[in-house]
Amino acid sequence: MEDKNIKEETNWFARAIDSDIFYSFTRSKLVMVAAFVTFAYFFIALFAPILATQNPFDLGSLDLMDGLTPPAWQEGGSSKFLIGTDDQGRDLLSAIMYGSRISLAVGFTSVFCAALLGISLGLISGYFGGFIDTLIMRIADIQLTFPSILIALLIDGTVSALFPEVRREDSAFWVLVLAISLSFWVQYARTVRSSVLVEKEREYVQAAKLIGLRPFIIMLRHVLPNVLGPVLVIATINLALAIITEATLSFLGVGIPVTQPSLGTLIRIGQDFLFSGEWWITIFPGVALAIIVLSVNLVGDWLRDALNPKLR
Amino acid sequence: MSEPLLKIKDLIVEFPTRRALLRAVDKVSFEIAKGEVLGVVGESGAGKSLTGAAIIGLLEPPGRIAGGEIYFDGQRIDNLADEQMRHLRGKRIAMIFQDPLTSLNPLYRVGEQLIETIQTHLPMNKKQARKRAIELLDEVGIPAPETRIDGYPHQFSGGMRQRVVIALVLAGEPDLIIADEPTTALDVSIQAQIISVLKRLCSERGTAIMLITHDMGVIAEIADRMAVMYSGQIVEIGKTYDLIKNPKHPYTKGLMGSIPSMSGEVKRLVQIPGSMPRLNDIPSGCSFHPRCSKVFEPCYSKRSPQIKVGQSDVACWLYSEEDKK
Amino acid sequence: MLAFMIRRIIQSIIVMFVVALISFLLFRFVGDPVNQMVGIETTPEQREALRDKLGLNDPVIMQFFGFIKGAAQFDFGVSYQFKRPVAQMIAERAPATLELSLMSAIFALLVGIPMGVYTGLKRNSILSKFFLTVSLVGISLPTFLIGILLIYIFAVQLQVLPSFGRGEVVDIGFWSTGLLTVSGLKALILPSITLGLFQMTLIMRLVRAEMLEVMRTDYIKFARARGLSRTAINFGHALKNTLVPVITITGLQLGSVIAFAIITETVFSWPGMGLLFLHSVQNVDIPIMAAYLMLIGFLFVMINLIVDLLYVAVDPRIRVSGVSQ
Repeated sequence: MEDKNIKEETNWFARAIDSDIFYSFTRSKLVMVAAFVTFAYFFIALFAPILATQNPFDLGSLDLMDGLTPPAWQEGGSSKFLIGTDDQGRDLLSAIMYGSRISLAVGFTSVFCAALLGISLGLISGYFGGFIDTLIMRIADIQLTFPSILIALLIDGTVSALFPEVRREDSAFWVLVLAISLSFWVQYARTVRSSVLVEKEREYVQAAKLIGLRPFIIMLRHVLPNVLGPVLVIATINLALAIITEATLSFLGVGIPVTQPSLGTLIRIGQDFLFSGEWWITIFPGVALAIIVLSVNLVGDWLRDALNPKLR
Repeated sequence: MSEPLLKIKDLIVEFPTRRALLRAVDKVSFEIAKGEVLGVVGESGAGKSLTGAAIIGLLEPPGRIAGGEIYFDGQRIDNLADEQMRHLRGKRIAMIFQDPLTSLNPLYRVGEQLIETIQTHLPMNKKQARKRAIELLDEVGIPAPETRIDGYPHQFSGGMRQRVVIALVLAGEPDLIIADEPTTALDVSIQAQIISVLKRLCSERGTAIMLITHDMGVIAEIADRMAVMYSGQIVEIGKTYDLIKNPKHPYTKGLMGSIPSMSGEVKRLVQIPGSMPRLNDIPSGCSFHPRCSKVFEPCYSKRSPQIKVGQSDVACWLYSEEDKK
Repeated sequence: MLAFMIRRIIQSIIVMFVVALISFLLFRFVGDPVNQMVGIETTPEQREALRDKLGLNDPVIMQFFGFIKGAAQFDFGVSYQFKRPVAQMIAERAPATLELSLMSAIFALLVGIPMGVYTGLKRNSILSKFFLTVSLVGISLPTFLIGILLIYIFAVQLQVLPSFGRGEVVDIGFWSTGLLTVSGLKALILPSITLGLFQMTLIMRLVRAEMLEVMRTDYIKFARARGLSRTAINFGHALKNTLVPVITITGLQLGSVIAFAIITETVFSWPGMGLLFLHSVQNVDIPIMAAYLMLIGFLFVMINLIVDLLYVAVDPRIRVSGVSQ
């Protein structure tokens, strides 16, 4: 109906709170649960040092004698280790808390870096156009044809070749962030660029140019609110992807080392014990990983649908 | 007049939204005789297109017929099952949409779409259907139809595509064509051609047309009768000539006043102040009253029934019997 | 049309050139090739001689051309770790990866497209909601976790399928295939599902989204107004229009399937190129990394070209205008 167009120019954020988004949020129980789980994870990850019974990164506090203890309800289980221990005697519950902390930290940091990089390049590309635009967009095209996991692996390999003397424990986090954010920036750049291209043609930008104002700054104020919605959606879905990528790299043995296991590392450790019956080392971190990714995905999915009424 | 081809009684179309139940078509009644051309005019959002979609059973959910009856050739059709309705569509009632550029499937040859439609409705084999398709293309004025039939829609111009659409609509030899703004998307120069093709082919076949448009010129040219819709209701319906020369309802008067005259008399164009109310904000009583220059007491509280004035039916209290005295 | 293909081929060459440049930079400047190839006791003179022999003292641009020339003849140097020609090592392992990728792509298409069509048409059925939930889980579970879960269920608990390796393989010329033996086929099942599940959910969601989009278009509305049958509309007009993006994405995904094979091969100890690449990353075996990058780049470029050709076959608009959307 045509009354939709009337408020088109108003800030989407004010509209969002007022109406559809909030409505569709309260309507979908699944999304509410997912959002709750997501925040619960953030909370646990943030306060892991207080909540956990043990510091799984402190190798001195681990006792090999506790190794491979099954969950408390199984024969041989101990109430000290509710869901069992890994081969080093780490309490799995504590390890999962600390592991989620790493996963989320890598996820957030790399999504932030990717968004920052992507938005900047998108702005530059769209605003200046010409050769710079072509260059950036060609790079984006080429990069988009390569899966992020491959790019991340290459970057990881390159870094460890360039700086062989750096210890993995110290570098792993930032190598992962670098690898993941370099493989995710393209989507942001494309979204921002297309928005800039639209805004650039608007009269106010032309007018600002004519009277000698800096149109770039003025345009920014219009472009950024416009892309906020899409960027938020991309970021949420990317967060899930980043967590998966981190876990995958760690599982492949090029991510977080075994001394400070993330969820992926724990699963990697556990795979070797799957055949000898110690299933819990793999399954519990796996379930934890699946739940967090699923929750973030659900929230992201809903956000995309809510911000894009066309899909409903 | 004998039994009408199409008879609509108190049709109501509603859209449930989460905030309110929007009534887009509110108790609309009219008839179309066999071979008659009825023009339906009104601003966009007046409910013209929805009335058309409701007749052919293609209301987009969540829109739905919430009341009233539709009779086609004596048979009630508003409560038919979808599969039964499908057999009417194309065969007895056909519909032309606004935009010829998007009405044709881009991935199928024009001929394939025609043959498919012909074979759906008529007992023909592929060869006969193809022959018929070429005849139809010829009739709607497409040059060299024998070769053009194997073209894809994007190889046709806008006007030519709309001709193909007309051929497709005529393929099932329907009794009624609902044409929803069939020329709006076209160049002005082509609009007249398309309308005259449509008019010619329909009068040859005795096909009735319900022509939905906001172009008064088109209506004046081909419509036998016309209905004026405002905010989901028919405010005036009657012979085209009567409505143009002697409009009764203040809204119709305003509408006619806003058409520039070609005859040369220099008159100031009249504009109706304000705009049509939104569906979620329809005024009480006569929904036109906030914009009406002749508004008086009864308009605020109650909607006027259709009142026979001359040969037209007008929904306006000005013509109410007790008021005339 | 011809111009379109030529432009695409030129673009592909540029992409290949860039990939080659990156590979070369990796090869030449990341780590010192000489250091990697010789022991600690080698004298500086010997090192210098080796540098000369490897052409590392030539101008960089000449080295780059030498690299490209070598790559064109499948000469990617010698693995630091294994001291064997890289091309030979990759050639030995390519069949394993390609068979795995092919099987998983077939699995993804055969299951994904029907599920997508179904969920697109019956939006609100319980089965659709079930499929969608499953697909969300499929997207949320990392590939390696799916593999491990499958191993746990089918290899550890039920003990019906092997958990690692290719089973018995048969050599046909240089190609060693697992498709001709029972154990080879059995060994393919779990890895193919693991690798294909993500693509399957992706294809399903894509087909669904496209179906929903297409069903809203005017030409589908017009097809319904013409009374065409449900089957003709859904599987003719609608599905054909969804195929263009599906072809694109599936084609592009075929590339990521090969890359994602790295993970699957790790989980199932599958002796393919991906596992080789992973080991080369872990051991900083630069020649293998560079060669793998070139190979994947080449595959992507070829797949893109094939996708473009398929595009042209499906969508007549491109045939004439030569422009994809």
